Amino acid sequence: MAAPALLLFGLFGLVPLVGVVALGFARWDGLGDLGWAGFDNWSGVLTDGATWQALWLTVKVMVISWLVQTPLALALGLFQAPPGRLRALLAVLWFLPLLLSAVAIGLTWQALLDPSFGVGATPGLHWLAKPLLGSPELALYTVIAVIAWQFVPFHALLYQAGLRQIPVSLYEAAALDGAGPTTRLLRITLPQLKYTVVTSSTLMLVGSLTYFDLIFVLSGGTGGPGTATRVLPLAMYITGFQAHDMGRASAVATLLVVTGLGLSLLTTRLSGFTRMDSQQEGM
Amino acid sequence: MSLTTVSAALALAACGTSGPSTSSSSAGLTMWALNDQTILKESVDAYNKDHPDAKITLRLYANDDYKQKLRVAFGAGQAPDLFFNWGGGALNDYVKADKVDALTDAQVDTGRFTPSVMESATFDGKTYGVPANGLAPVVLYYNKKVLKDAGVEPPTTYDALLTAVKKLKGDGKVPLSLAANSKWPTLMYLEYLLDRTGGSRVFSKIASGDASAWKDPSVTAADQKLQDLAKAGAFGDNASSVSYDQGASTALLYTGKAGMELMGTWEYANLVKAAPDFAKKDLGYVAFPALTDGAGSAKNIVGNPSNFLSLNSASTHKKAALEYLKDYVMNASQMDAYLAAGSVPPVNGLESKLAATPSSSDKEWLTFVYDLVQTAPSFQLSWDQALPSDQADPLLTNVDKSFLRQIEPTQFGENMSEAAQ
Repeated sequence: MAAPALLLFGLFGLVPLVGVVALGFARWDGLGDLGWAGFDNWSGVLTDGATWQALWLTVKVMVISWLVQTPLALALGLFQAPPGRLRALLAVLWFLPLLLSAVAIGLTWQALLDPSFGVGATPGLHWLAKPLLGSPELALYTVIAVIAWQFVPFHALLYQAGLRQIPVSLYEAAALDGAGPTTRLLRITLPQLKYTVVTSSTLMLVGSLTYFDLIFVLSGGTGGPGTATRVLPLAMYITGFQAHDMGRASAVATLLVVTGLGLSLLTTRLSGFTRMDSQQEGM
Repeated sequence: MSLTTVSAALALAACGTSGPSTSSSSAGLTMWALNDQTILKESVDAYNKDHPDAKITLRLYANDDYKQKLRVAFGAGQAPDLFFNWGGGALNDYVKADKVDALTDAQVDTGRFTPSVMESATFDGKTYGVPANGLAPVVLYYNKKVLKDAGVEPPTTYDALLTAVKKLKGDGKVPLSLAANSKWPTLMYLEYLLDRTGGSRVFSKIASGDASAWKDPSVTAADQKLQDLAKAGAFGDNASSVSYDQGASTALLYTGKAGMELMGTWEYANLVKAAPDFAKKDLGYVAFPALTDGAGSAKNIVGNPSNFLSLNSASTHKKAALEYLKDYVMNASQMDAYLAAGSVPPVNGLESKLAATPSSSDKEWLTFVYDLVQTAPSFQLSWDQALPSDQADPLLTNVDKSFLRQIEPTQFGENMSEAAQ
């Protein structure tokens, strides 16, 4: 049963990965012949201040996204979890952003945030007519907000599912013991949601390493203004497909893979995900 | 290697599903171009009508991913016979890799094209492309009504431009509409400012590979002028949020929110389409203002001389490709089609055709562009196209940083000199 899956993973996961690592040691402009570059690409990437800036921006996007999205998703999940027609309807509405492609979302927000013709042009909303995407200080936070708009519903759905898994008997027992809503939330709901938080956080953290399409569209393909939103995946794309330096882009790509692997190992280790035991056990 | 080959194969498979079957391309030619090239498409249709057995299969791509797609296709040996390009450094990459054939005068009749345009596709004295659309110098458009209300004459000198900026700003208008989010529109200012300050020789030296030429004092002076304009509020408060592709900078001009806009000649067609009344009544245009203390001629122009069609050296249909380039590109009916669309084809001796243009506003425009190009001592191809492709991104990023005043004018040349090494 596992053989076809392994074969697919090898073909589309491992082979390209090995190819990228190998290409990190090559000089290639995508057109001419491959040449051996040794560690040139690596020393170039690692000594370039732009790489570290891109990595810093990536970490910033990751951490702020987590801080913004987790409480929002949890709150939305808590609201959605109990049965109710209105809640179900609202849940569907919230879910819409997830159905749209990142490009559509990017173009829509770009138009909405246009200071001359977007939302800011509406009478009474002129205070919104700010270069949110154009100011080097604000652009990154604007991007993070749009990312949150797109992904909070997904994580809310995870939390909703997690909440509905909690046995009602726990709450009944707590009610018999005279526990109020706050106590129930802190003593039952949140501990029971532990693994959902871990899952959601891992997806968020590792996922934010790959944010590319949305930022690409919102910044006009450049990671601008200046380099204010040029996260690592965007830097990789620009190096590879605009500057046609495939070797160096592969080195950046490898750096991304290593960061991603390290990060997901770290989150699983810290959260005890590897020793994950049944949530029913404690009962 | 394997990743790019795999992704190349996937990319080609992805575009192949909607395209015609491979059997038709084995008999005829394949050609790749950009989406909006409707007149080019007409020439292909004409060719196909005459050659029903060996038709040209034309595939059109969106602007953004076209260059990447082309590069990957060449890398994977799946490139079309004829391909649309911008000339300059990017085309030279292909020439240096032996991917493009040189074209002789006898093969494609290169003598009919404007010489200054052909320079963008000429390397080491050989021609590697045939012009495939209209002349696209960058000119200064203005809204007659907005300028008149502010008591401003269309600026012909840089000082007059600064005065106009002040008055328009005082009138609550954006003096110069700029899509700085797209970066390349900002570059147009720097191209003109350097050309006017130091003359065309400075960038010629840079383009020939002399990295130290970026440190020429005129580069700093030009960057200083760009920053002065930005500091004076010439581009309004929001330029860095405006992206060109969504048409916002164009709209600012025709809705009267902005006074002027520096843009390529394709903007004329955009304006006619988006606001036909404005284009007839209130649209004005002048050449980029002169710099009284500058070394460069005020008649020099920058922009895209034209786009080109080049021949894949691995093509197995060279004879048919050359026939198409010679007889179907920029032939008499093509020229008429370009003129009718408000675009001047890059061919010599258009005077009589221009005089016969029916619409007076079109005639004025076409004559303006034709004269501008014919009398220009130098027609500098946009820097991001003229330089090798590995310098285009550092260039655009540093121009953007200059515009945002994140770097000092001296730093611009230094950064570029470093990137060019």
